[in-house]
Amino acid sequence: MELIQILIVLFGLFAFSRVIIRFKKKDIAQGEFIFWTLIWLLVILVALLPNLSFHLAKWFGVDRGTDVFVYLGLALLFYMVFRLYVKLEKAEQGLTKVVREVSFEKK
Amino acid sequence: MNTWIIIPAHNEENKLKEVVSGLNRNGYTNIVIVDDCSGDNTSTVASNSGAVVLRHLINRGQGAALQTGIDYALEQGAEAIITFDADGQHCAEDISKLIEPIEEDKADMVLGSRFLNQPSNVPFIRRLFLRGGALIFRLFYGVKLTDSHNGLRALSRKAAEQIEITGDGSEHASEIIEEIGKKRLRYIEVPVTITYTNYSIQHGQSSWAAFKILFKMLMKGFLR
Repeated sequence: MELIQILIVLFGLFAFSRVIIRFKKKDIAQGEFIFWTLIWLLVILVALLPNLSFHLAKWFGVDRGTDVFVYLGLALLFYMVFRLYVKLEKAEQGLTKVVREVSFEKK
Repeated sequence: MNTWIIIPAHNEENKLKEVVSGLNRNGYTNIVIVDDCSGDNTSTVASNSGAVVLRHLINRGQGAALQTGIDYALEQGAEAIITFDADGQHCAEDISKLIEPIEEDKADMVLGSRFLNQPSNVPFIRRLFLRGGALIFRLFYGVKLTDSHNGLRALSRKAAEQIEITGDGSEHASEIIEEIGKKRLRYIEVPVTITYTNYSIQHGQSSWAAFKILFKMLMKGFLR
């Protein structure tokens, strides 16, 4: 087993443990828990069985195994940044409303 | 006509007193200063000026400050609302020209323009951005203007009730134009004088802010 495989597996386990803790504390919903569990299990699985990524790549019609993950990873990242942007924008607007109300009361 | 002047202020201790006394000299006494969590003495200067002062506990940007002022003025029964900059670049003498079309019920929104029927003293680069902005507004929102991002405007009560500024930062100016287009408000431009001093240029937006505003406009379209 290569060093990189061990590192990825360890990191995947660490991340997965965080997901469990978050779920137990009810910081994330069930849907999110399942989503993240699948993501990290897949990462660990692929790290342990590199050939799996080769088959996956072939199935997707991409040349190299790692490329599939780069493409998927990028798409996922963009999507998550977008979601964060929307959430942040909403939070900012909420904050403004609160600040406004306080300014009226403290006049 | 019950007219209220809204001055959003962020770190404007130097000019604020002068701005308010200029307004008072021209007979305007209903003044709301929205102190957007300034780090200097803006709050004290504002209180001493005799105006109503609303304080944002956290800095929320000029758009948010304007909306706070507008909400307050509406509560006070305002029939016309003027938005006025705190840095001394606007002339209190211009306000009567802005209110006139509202009093005569010819417009819901009156926008000050530094380019309309007058030779302009606007620095070249700034002129380029402002006129470019006006062109983009026309393409995006179908509102025909000669100036963009001029902080001096008058709103009728109807316009003030309908317009909703959700963008906290400097994109509010484009948002107001968007609202004019969307809510089909009657608008008109009147020529106003802008005094460019080193102080107002330093305190104003850099021309690069234009790109940030454009990005926000595009993102907003994307979010809908």
